[in-house]
Amino acid sequence: MSSQRRSAVAASARRISAMMLRHWYLLRSSWPRLLDLIYWPTVQMVTWGFLQFYVANNAGFFARAGGTFIGAVLLWDILFRGQLGFSISFLEEMYSRNIGNIMMSPLRPFEFIIALMMISVARLSIGAVPVTFLAIAFFGFNLYGFGLVLVAFFFNLILTSWAIGIFVSGLILRNGMGAENLAWSIMFVFMPLTCVYYPVTTLPGWLQPIAWLLPPTYVFEGMRALVIDKTFRPDLMIAALALNVILFAAGAFGFLKLLQGARRHGSLMQIGE
Amino acid sequence: MSQHPPIAVDQLVKIYNTVPAVDGISFTLAPGSITALLGGNGAGKTTTIATIMGLLTPTSGRVTVLGAQMPRQRYRVLARMNFESPYVEVPMRLTVRQNLTVFGKLYGVDDLRERIAELGRELDLTDLLDRPTGNLSAGQKTRVSLAKALVNRPDVLLLDEPTASLDPDTADWVRGHLERYCRGRHATLLLASHNMTEVERLCGRVIMLKRGRIEDDDTPAKLLKRYGRRTLEEVFLDVARGNDAIPREAAQ
Repeated sequence: MSSQRRSAVAASARRISAMMLRHWYLLRSSWPRLLDLIYWPTVQMVTWGFLQFYVANNAGFFARAGGTFIGAVLLWDILFRGQLGFSISFLEEMYSRNIGNIMMSPLRPFEFIIALMMISVARLSIGAVPVTFLAIAFFGFNLYGFGLVLVAFFFNLILTSWAIGIFVSGLILRNGMGAENLAWSIMFVFMPLTCVYYPVTTLPGWLQPIAWLLPPTYVFEGMRALVIDKTFRPDLMIAALALNVILFAAGAFGFLKLLQGARRHGSLMQIGE
Repeated sequence: MSQHPPIAVDQLVKIYNTVPAVDGISFTLAPGSITALLGGNGAGKTTTIATIMGLLTPTSGRVTVLGAQMPRQRYRVLARMNFESPYVEVPMRLTVRQNLTVFGKLYGVDDLRERIAELGRELDLTDLLDRPTGNLSAGQKTRVSLAKALVNRPDVLLLDEPTASLDPDTADWVRGHLERYCRGRHATLLLASHNMTEVERLCGRVIMLKRGRIEDDDTPAKLLKRYGRRTLEEVFLDVARGNDAIPREAAQ
């Protein structure tokens, strides 16, 4: 690597770390923000955990499939909180009227995206890791018992969450805060379609091909195969990864096109509705 | 020092839907100059400044900053530019020092710790550095925004109403600081302001915009003479109200 290239990479890394530092300062200064990261994942895990506990004692299948609900909740949280962590970090720049400063700074769009991805992992870790320990304490469900498979699950889910987060951020840049609600709600479209809590075969026949177009579907099917049949399905993880690569590329391309549109239409100068 | 003009605007047109916000303006700024962009609401000042900053793609025409075409080649020069505008804020929950640290890193400032201390001294922010920006008064926040705009020691500085919300004494002091900064660094300053005292004090050149076109462009002294007025405010009113036809014809 030439010295010029090395210094460009170092400058890029410094800008990414600056953005991460900015959000670390923000989180550190605001306990409600920190509490919010852990509150809902805990409530959701406890609710679904007790439901699982109840049905497991009343139905043979669920007794055999112990942990599918809690596992689904924890994996769903990676998908949902990953996207939310990305989008909220982006929205913080809009709320604080700082987006103009960022867009006018030497920070490149891809550096901004990488910084938001890293921040989303940090936020997710703050919220989700303690909840996984609570799942062990409350229900004896050890997500880490998945071993290395958990890495494949996590990587695929976080890739999907970033792809969606990137695209939604582009929509907000282009259309202003009127598109903010998408950041909060878009993932819920994925909940029924990606079959978080039930097998794909539960869906009507015409909907199943659509479900199989979504990478998280493969992860949740893979999780059920692991918990119920004690089988790791690498084919599902590879298919999810392939779809994720396409989805991520589409999300990044969409973001850049929307950013171009924002520059053309003057949306970067307006931060309101 | 670069041979390219700090800012060159050539036949810039920006049309939103069918409405022209800027309609074929051209000007070039000399290195080390301080220029005011004056005009009423909707005259095209913000659009012009946003295009120079690379936040807006022109419909046609060309804008270059330090030789880089905006917005296409903006990353070649953004580290040498900076801006301050009342429409943009630094994050309020962060302390002044944290904000300056983040922006200093974004702009690649090497001696950041010393630079922050220096800005603290120069802009009277030393005692405020560890306070959350949101807890400061409007005038103190304006000084923080100015510190952010100067953190990278820019060669090209774009300021929109830099002394808004400041008391007359502090405003005068800030103007003095900007003047010294531009003289010391040979930096180029483009300023949008409605404060005519400020413009007269700081600027060697005034570009007057009206409905997206340049109505006049000269030194404050020559404008006063041409319009037969005693203050720039009176000249501004003449241009804004369309009373400028007679003096301009007379000048020709």
